[in-house]
Amino acid sequence: MHDAHASRPSETPVPLTASAVLVNKVGLHARPSVKLTQCAKGFAAKIELALAVDGPWTDAKSPVKVMRVKAPQGATLHFRVTGPDGKAALAAVLALVHDGFGEA
Amino acid sequence: MNSSNSGNVGIVIVSHSPKIAEGAADMVRQMVGSAVPLAWTGGDIDGGLGTNVAGILEAIEAAWSPAGVAVLVDLGGAETNSEMAVEMLPEDRRARVVVCNAPVVEGAVIAATESSGGSPLAAVKRSAEEFYA
Repeated sequence: MHDAHASRPSETPVPLTASAVLVNKVGLHARPSVKLTQCAKGFAAKIELALAVDGPWTDAKSPVKVMRVKAPQGATLHFRVTGPDGKAALAAVLALVHDGFGEA
Repeated sequence: MNSSNSGNVGIVIVSHSPKIAEGAADMVRQMVGSAVPLAWTGGDIDGGLGTNVAGILEAIEAAWSPAGVAVLVDLGGAETNSEMAVEMLPEDRRARVVVCNAPVVEGAVIAATESSGGSPLAAVKRSAEEFYA
């Protein structure tokens, strides 16, 4: 993955994107929001989420903003990730959503 | 991710009602986990509804972290007594304790979430105060 720009990883021009369906009962309410932001904060990458593929995008590291999205069960969460550890970050947040945030 | 809690900003919950303070602390522990120093205080010295400076000082001491302490308060006296408690701290600690302008329950959960990710005191305060933004 190294190229001429490898020394400037923060300027990765194209964000990674993926989506996952919210399976847990309560959707993206308080507790899942906290879990998601805690997970997102573990990465240097900029991580955003949205309910539609073209946004509006919300900072996944802000618990207040994530809760305001009020994403219900069955909603598709789109993620947009930019940064050197973006791939791992994307995998981690997707795993969390697929896993229903550890809830039933 | 949160292997160590010693460096995370501490959270103090101050309510007129000890039940509210304790309940909010329960919510923080259950939703955010144990990676954040946390203490609560509520009630006046006679056990009635109210707040007292000594109790707040004790809570700040209990939640102390080198990264500082964010205090969440409910109404009037909780805020003024918290400010008084901060004034009474040793000078080297005073600058590392902030009273947040945020709702006590939601603010505590959000502040703790921010703290659990290792954020500095200013970011913890800012995040809690987003509720009123």
